[in-house]
Amino acid sequence: MTDPIIAKGTLWTVIILLGLGSFALRFAFLGLIGNRPMPDWIMRHLRYTAVAVLPGLVAPLVVWPGATDGVLDLPRLTAALTTLVVGYLTKNVLAAIFSGAGMLYLLLYLMG
Amino acid sequence: MTVTTPHSAYWEGVRDGLPFILVVAPFALLFGVVATEAGLTVWETLAFSVVVIAGAAQFTALQLMQENAPTVIVLASALAVNLRMAMYSASLTPHLGATPIWQRALAAYMMVDQSYACSILAYERNRDWTPMQKMAFYFGAVTPVIPVWYAMTVAGALIGSSMPAGLALDFAVPITFIAMIAPALRTLAHKAAATASVVLALGFAFVPFNLGLIIAGIGGMMVGAQVELWMDRRART
Repeated sequence: MTDPIIAKGTLWTVIILLGLGSFALRFAFLGLIGNRPMPDWIMRHLRYTAVAVLPGLVAPLVVWPGATDGVLDLPRLTAALTTLVVGYLTKNVLAAIFSGAGMLYLLLYLMG
Repeated sequence: MTVTTPHSAYWEGVRDGLPFILVVAPFALLFGVVATEAGLTVWETLAFSVVVIAGAAQFTALQLMQENAPTVIVLASALAVNLRMAMYSASLTPHLGATPIWQRALAAYMMVDQSYACSILAYERNRDWTPMQKMAFYFGAVTPVIPVWYAMTVAGALIGSSMPAGLALDFAVPITFIAMIAPALRTLAHKAAATASVVLALGFAFVPFNLGLIIAGIGGMMVGAQVELWMDRRART
């Protein structure tokens, strides 16, 4: 590793402002809107928040893994697909995690 | 289903939240390791995890600080990664909005992908729950996760750079996120939203400051909502 230097002032500025900003985002609707009813069209969009954001977060990590400097990697791609299929079929988060991790280690071992 | 009191809803939340220890622990451990490799002390690493509690945003901020990005860019990128929390907050509001403000503030502080995902699924299963029962479940679901998040960050920081690279810990994050999403792909609308999100995230990956993820999130929600409307119309005719 090169000698990474993060200035302490910068670090604490980021920690504190990122903490405040993250809380503001988390509190925005829950704290300010409270018990007031929201229109149908907003609720219809909000039903899909989790399935709309998390796949987008994961997709680049699967296709361009940081560990291989962004080169598509067969063990990681197969492990991701295994996790998806097992999770979809069993509806069981832990079964999906263990299948995916097992597949990853198996392929990394086999492909040396 | 038996009668649910806030007490039993809390314990149901604890039970549903327990498996996520296996999700959060490696993530926190990994952050501890990566942060100390970037030159942070154990104390700074712990403070980061306690103040921010958002793995993906913390990794983003750390990465950009190492690249000497301007502080404004570091904050904007990490907050963009965390914008999904505002969407979670909005989607929890109909369920938890009627509870006392201090409880909502505490719930907001402890909002993570896992607690949101398992709570919203529990609320869909138990439509008869009162806001109090729903909040009790939420606090139950975060009870096992948050202390592990703090503790494993410290463990990772103490272990530091002695972690073997062969463990492929880099892939703990994608696998756990996929394992959470897959069971939630119940309807055609959910599947369409997830597919749109993947396509948009990859297509707009070139957009700086993680805004590609925001485009994917908003696009995925719009596709999900439109497919739901289309399915409703088809069911009625």
